[in-house]
Amino acid sequence: MEQQLKELQTEALAKVESAEDLKQLNDIRVAYLGKKGPITEVLKGMGKLSPEERPKMGALANEVRAAVSSAIETKQAELEQKAIEEQLAKETVDVTLPGRQVEMGNAHPLTKVIEEIEDLFIAMGYSIAEGPEVETDYYNFEALNLPKGHPARDMQDSFYITEELLLRTHTSPVQARTMEKYKGQGPVKIICPGKVYRRDNDDATHSHQFTQIEGLVVDENISMSDLKGTLEVFAKKLFGEDREIRLRPSFFPFTEPSVEVDVSCMCKGEGCRICKHTGWIEVLGAGMVHPNVLEMAGFDSKKYTGFAFGMGPDRIAMLKYGIDDIRHFYTDDVRFLRQFAEHE
Amino acid sequence: MFVSYKWLSEYVNLGGMPAKELAEKITRSGIEVEGIEVLGEGVKGVVIGHVLEKEKHPNADKLNVCQVDIGEEEPVQIICGAPNVDKDQKVAVAKVGAVLPGNFKIKKAKLRGEASNGMICSLQELGIESKLVAKEYAEGIFVFPNDVTPGEDALAQLNLDDEVLELGLTPNRSDALSMLGVAYEVAAILDTDVKLPNIEFEEAGERAEDWIKVSIEAKEDNPIYIARVVKNVKIGPSPLWMQTRLMAEGIRPHNNVVDITNYVLLEYGQPLHAFDYDRLGTKEIVVRRAQDGETFVTLDDTERTLSSEHLLITNGKEGVALAGVMGGANSEVVEDTTNVLIESAYFDGQRVRQASKDHGLRSEASARFEKGVDPNRLQAAADRAAELMAKYAGGEVLAGSVIAGDIDLEPKVVTLTLEKLNRVLGMELQKEEVEDIFRRLQFGVKTDNDQFIVTVPTRRGDITIPEDLVEEVARLYGYDNLPTTVPEGATYPGGLTDYQKKRRAVRRFLEGAGLNQAITYTLTSEKKAKEYALETRELIKLAMPMSEERAYLRLSILPQLLEAISYNNARQIDSLGLYEVGSVFLKEAGEQLPREEEHLAGALTGVWEENQWQGEKKAVDFFVAKGILEGLFAKLGLAERISFERAQADGMHPGRTAAVVLDGERIGLVGQVHPQKAKELDVKETYVFEVKLGPVFAAKTEGVTYEPIPRFPSITRDIALVVNADVQAGALQQIIREAGGSLLKEVHVFDVYEGEHVEAGKKSIAFSLKYFDPNKTLTDEEVVKVHDHVLEALRDQAGAELRS
Repeated sequence: MEQQLKELQTEALAKVESAEDLKQLNDIRVAYLGKKGPITEVLKGMGKLSPEERPKMGALANEVRAAVSSAIETKQAELEQKAIEEQLAKETVDVTLPGRQVEMGNAHPLTKVIEEIEDLFIAMGYSIAEGPEVETDYYNFEALNLPKGHPARDMQDSFYITEELLLRTHTSPVQARTMEKYKGQGPVKIICPGKVYRRDNDDATHSHQFTQIEGLVVDENISMSDLKGTLEVFAKKLFGEDREIRLRPSFFPFTEPSVEVDVSCMCKGEGCRICKHTGWIEVLGAGMVHPNVLEMAGFDSKKYTGFAFGMGPDRIAMLKYGIDDIRHFYTDDVRFLRQFAEHE
Repeated sequence: MFVSYKWLSEYVNLGGMPAKELAEKITRSGIEVEGIEVLGEGVKGVVIGHVLEKEKHPNADKLNVCQVDIGEEEPVQIICGAPNVDKDQKVAVAKVGAVLPGNFKIKKAKLRGEASNGMICSLQELGIESKLVAKEYAEGIFVFPNDVTPGEDALAQLNLDDEVLELGLTPNRSDALSMLGVAYEVAAILDTDVKLPNIEFEEAGERAEDWIKVSIEAKEDNPIYIARVVKNVKIGPSPLWMQTRLMAEGIRPHNNVVDITNYVLLEYGQPLHAFDYDRLGTKEIVVRRAQDGETFVTLDDTERTLSSEHLLITNGKEGVALAGVMGGANSEVVEDTTNVLIESAYFDGQRVRQASKDHGLRSEASARFEKGVDPNRLQAAADRAAELMAKYAGGEVLAGSVIAGDIDLEPKVVTLTLEKLNRVLGMELQKEEVEDIFRRLQFGVKTDNDQFIVTVPTRRGDITIPEDLVEEVARLYGYDNLPTTVPEGATYPGGLTDYQKKRRAVRRFLEGAGLNQAITYTLTSEKKAKEYALETRELIKLAMPMSEERAYLRLSILPQLLEAISYNNARQIDSLGLYEVGSVFLKEAGEQLPREEEHLAGALTGVWEENQWQGEKKAVDFFVAKGILEGLFAKLGLAERISFERAQADGMHPGRTAAVVLDGERIGLVGQVHPQKAKELDVKETYVFEVKLGPVFAAKTEGVTYEPIPRFPSITRDIALVVNADVQAGALQQIIREAGGSLLKEVHVFDVYEGEHVEAGKKSIAFSLKYFDPNKTLTDEEVVKVHDHVLEALRDQAGAELRS
């Protein structure tokens, strides 16, 4: 009997060893360890053994069982691992094939510039004020110290609808409207972005529709040096920390004194096409709010002073991105628009 | 304004400063120098020549063989084709080896067998614009006056060794529309003096007032009129230096009298007019408004129809000049003019502007009147012209001026305190520094404690208030010296309004959904302005559009957006999505301003999702467009309040268009562009939406309140219903929601089917319903009860049967 059991063990282990898949292994399990298996059969002959031998045989039978069972388990783990590996091998993909990209659209470059400027000034405590694109002659001109017949009206030939109504030529009327709302009580601290319109033939550098952002601060003791300091922060944030600004005297009817503000060119004064070899790029018009403008909007010009500045996002975007034709902004060719995806 | 460096240095000692450096200084102190023109640039080796002999070329009709003395030992032979070349003329000769503009080198040549050792030049060949060359030399060579010497540098004689600064003047600085004005500016910058012209001439015994009477009927338009009379002039060319200065400043020489008026205009900034006294026909000048319909022939021989908005200089009977704009042909100075009346007047800017605008006549004169001339220069300018006519036209100046009207000649006094100056600038300037700047400007200044009492000469009419003085100080002190500070005082809470925040959220959502932001033109054609309007209105038209394409304000954004789609489609871009946020303009009865309503519009076309190598492709359809809006409204917290109703709209597919409804109000549309319309617009199958943002942003939404995460399981029941084909899913869903009550947590469509196995005229719609009770685990019985109620409601209200 002992001989039988040992043979069984050898036989079973050999079969386990040669099992090729889980099914075969399971068949082996059933064949050797099942209730009708050969080990059980062998044990049925235990009755013929002497009482001394019985426990010995019993123990031996259990050893054989355990050995076969353990071999099956080992083999099973081995086969399972193999099966998984085969499965994974089948599932392998070519990782160099393109992924399913989520395609995002993006903001118009003008919006990007405008929002960047808005956020910059919001961080300095400004609010965003907006106003109508169709304006009255009063807010567009008169309230800004441009009475009828003023020669400076020529500077911005306008699209009139009626004698009293026109498409605003700048966003400055929003300043006048906002100041009126404050009823002579400062501080006022606003940024006014928006579309504006002028009688220009569309070409690479002119557009009858374009955008503008103006800023206005009115409070007691606002000075020209505050204007310079504010614009310096603005220029450094928008164009880069290494940029400088320079003020040149100029004229706007709604400010006195008035200045043009140049930002140093990225060529660092070496001279390039963008700055026309001057080292400076004209970016803003600015000045101290004209006392007439303050008074007309209900502010006491003896108590309050203020500064205002205005700039063209179209021009800034053209400088920033090297765009050579303003008409691109309004043609909406997606080959253009898609170039301004966020890169953050 | 063009400024000749050489001419300017007659009034101001420029100390030999290079023109470029001077230009930079002028620019940095307030007047932008837009360019510097180097006259005679690229011209070398041109000298004065004396034509000793001229013979016809033996082999060419139009050529002459000239022997020219160019100051060398022997005369040179030059072949010249100019029709006006002649013996004894002094001319400009480009010698062999000379260079003319365009790097044109003069070499020895043979022309039809005859040697030519140089070239006799026209002014154009020396780089002067044709329009500036006096008519008599326009078709040929330029002839110098006799007092030049052969061999001399011709460029110096022609003042082509000069540089011209081009000033870009802002409207307030009309004082710099004259050489003297620029001289004052430059003198202030360089801290030096201005040397004024010394006017000296003798007056004849006869008095001007015996020759002419002047009266003004329109005193507001013409407060003062000064007339001087110069008799016995001889019309001829003006001196060469005057002609060349005029040309340098962009004015074409004519004859001595006309050139003198132009010269004085440039020098003093005071426009003058010279009348042929005898051709005036009467002995009087009457200034009045023209009558409506009155006609008048200006000296360009054009008949002008005038209106009562125009000011007319008359001889008492008829017009002789359109005031400040242009003289009349009837009284123009001509070759045989002997007696001249010089007009020096102050005309109201608006009046001149009106006439120059109405007649399209903008001139050096009108530009100056429009901006206001210096009343203190009227007399000086008239005197200067009289002096020059005596000197260069051989005239005799009659005694005195005839003056009608008067004008305030007193300088304005403006005061400014040091405290205000420093407060506005944010500086700490000292009293002496400020005084010094006013002195440099040649303003009178007295101080009273802290206060400057500044007397501003009338040439600076732009300075009227203390702030103007602040600017003068700041610009001459230099903005580079201004410190940089930031506003002090209370810190203000800045930021975006709710509306602005939501608008940004809309943008980000749409970009996340794959749409690119477009910006189109607000102005459009009549047709496009009203297409796809959510509300119809009378259109708003520009009074004077530049083209019919840009004549009307839009009522909707979609037509422009579709134009952009068409533009892209035409460039092989078949798949794209665009959106725009912008205003439309609604005329409101009784309101001056139109209502500007901000809309959101979108347009999508082509393939929406694609993975080429996996063979997947999904075209844009109605549900893509609608889905974007649904997602957007969900983002804005309005998912439950927005619904879509089948709708019809012009230009839209009748079966694939829905109205967007918010709380029962229609606020927009979504759908497919009508295929015929798409064809007309040249766009492929395109889906669009346009929604009013006002009501969307105004809809109050509740803030987020935490809801406990479900602790109990939910139970899902799927049902497939068979209904008539025209029953809408939305209606069924509504029935389910109502019948499902509070236990029904979610319901959504998961299948729609028509065709085989479904009776004709019917369709199958499958819904998935999720039941849930936040407080306990639902029992089967509870769910069956509600679910049966739902099925019953569907059967009763929509004839829906469960699909077997």
